Amino acid sequence: MSSPIATWSAEGQERAQQLLALYPDKRSAVMPLLYVASLEHGHVTNEGMQQVAELIGVTATQVRSVATFYTMYKHEPVGRYLVSVCTSISCHLLGGDEVLDAACGAAGVEVGGTSEDDLVTVERVECIGACGGAPAVQVNYELIEGVTDIKAIDLIDWLRNTTPEVVLADELQQLFGGQKSFDWGVPEPDGAIAPVPAFGPYGSAEEGR
Amino acid sequence: MTDPILTARMEANRTDSNTIDRYLETGGYEVLKNALASMTPEQIAEEVKASNMRGRGGAGFPMGVKWGFLADSDPKYLVINGDESEPGTFKDRQLLERDPHQLIEGIVLASYALGVNRAFIYIRGEYPKPARRVQRAIDEAYEKGFLGDDILRSGFSLEVSVHLGGGAYICGEETALLNSLEGRRGEPRLKPPFPAVEGLYARPTIVNNVESISNVPWIVANGGTSYAAIGPERSAGTRMFSLSGHVNKPGNYEIVMGMTWRDLIYDVAGGIRDDRALKTWIPGGASAPWLVPEHLDAPLTIDDATTLGTMLGSGAVVVMDETTDVVKAAHSIVRFFAHESCGQCTPCREGTKWLQDILERILRGEGREKDIDLLLDVSDNISPGLTWPPAMTTICPLGPSATAPILSITRYFLDEVKAYIPVSEVAGV
Repeated sequence: MSSPIATWSAEGQERAQQLLALYPDKRSAVMPLLYVASLEHGHVTNEGMQQVAELIGVTATQVRSVATFYTMYKHEPVGRYLVSVCTSISCHLLGGDEVLDAACGAAGVEVGGTSEDDLVTVERVECIGACGGAPAVQVNYELIEGVTDIKAIDLIDWLRNTTPEVVLADELQQLFGGQKSFDWGVPEPDGAIAPVPAFGPYGSAEEGR
Repeated sequence: MTDPILTARMEANRTDSNTIDRYLETGGYEVLKNALASMTPEQIAEEVKASNMRGRGGAGFPMGVKWGFLADSDPKYLVINGDESEPGTFKDRQLLERDPHQLIEGIVLASYALGVNRAFIYIRGEYPKPARRVQRAIDEAYEKGFLGDDILRSGFSLEVSVHLGGGAYICGEETALLNSLEGRRGEPRLKPPFPAVEGLYARPTIVNNVESISNVPWIVANGGTSYAAIGPERSAGTRMFSLSGHVNKPGNYEIVMGMTWRDLIYDVAGGIRDDRALKTWIPGGASAPWLVPEHLDAPLTIDDATTLGTMLGSGAVVVMDETTDVVKAAHSIVRFFAHESCGQCTPCREGTKWLQDILERILRGEGREKDIDLLLDVSDNISPGLTWPPAMTTICPLGPSATAPILSITRYFLDEVKAYIPVSEVAGV
């Protein structure tokens, strides 16, 4: 078991071992391990899937069957900031499609494309559970609610000019957001450092800035 | 007016309702202490059954009855469904972010009642912040001895962990969720066997929604009959409704069922923005057939919704005012289901895509008059007879859900659909 993830960072290898130990059946670790692989390789690569397969003891094809089922595993490189614009029904009713157009225009991309400076990818997503704060946008899966088309342009410009190390939802909400689904309560200290959901075991959450 | 059950703490403690200190100061984990010291697992299960609470994930199946199906063979599992993805729904996100300990106390009580020693909280991948809040709460609960080995020296042990999804609506369907948790594609399983007999790792498993389990501490503390006494007989308890769309006050509201739709939309949610007229609303998430103003005085209960040919589903109410292009709105919903179809069953995989393509043709102004019949024909192939509850040709209800917006716009707004068809196509010249 020494070789498979030798190319992963020490931190990534440690996380992989923690995840394998977390479940009664190792195969359950395939989804979190694919997030670790995304962090290590920038996106889900053949090498990453192979390494996940060896860690779990299944074939690379079995890992690929999982990795291609879920929309959050990216098989092509994405920008440092993944901007996901919701256009499902509640967001559609309040201007989500206009927000998507504005974000694409500001980034100079078609839907799903990445800006020339490789900083921003803009994608259309289905409902992200922020319908009371429609239209909603996520940056590296950190949420902004009540976004307008004008604010979406400001957001893209800000990301490209400021290049924040950590994407913090409260900061984005204050700068570019409006109506919220509900009172967010206490500020959230953690944010995202990559276009992977910032959840502790998968390694992209960081305390503060 | 009944006091809120689920949201009282977060309303009174705006900045720290998610912390264990606040939870303990407001009486948290007291129910668990008492229950582990003085109640048998069977007594807890009895209280939950007596509550008559119907599951809050969408299907509305009584939770206590579901628990009764759990096969008595170890190991068995409890899986919390936090894959909230039904368009219009954002209630579980609030419960996860703002009061995670309420959920955890519910999980420990439920696990004790069910004889479960391992529980998972499946949270959708797009909810990293709720997942972080829940994980912190789990860590705090372990530190204080509310989770782990020999909880509060009761001899009962429970391990709990969070599993993050990968972006797939279908994983809200409980058997798809179990496949996903096993590290497989999130494809629903044929039932039977039901999860209570053969679920996670082919072991007996109960899958319950976040809101459902968050009610358990109150039910155990106050007694199932107290819960059953709240609201209409077959729609007992308080319930979270997510209001969105063209209302003045969107948000989550914990209400007692039985009020009218007029009360909910015009009173609770503050009416329609800019004093416009109400056109239609979705009463229970994107899967539900729509209602129109003539239904405003119908009572808001699970059974009354069924009578009207729709459902309360996940409690998501999406309101559309008179300016809404209902064909575009229906297209947004159909596109959602086409995108989220897992691909296993032909009627759903092909049918949802055809519905999307035909609607797009109509929206481009290239529709033919017979396209309206074609939409209904494709819908009928997915769900024969177009009845309610929908007949199924598929393993799960996703495909039939995609027919709800088609039925709604052809039933109530046929003229608006026809207005998209070029005159030459209608006249047949």
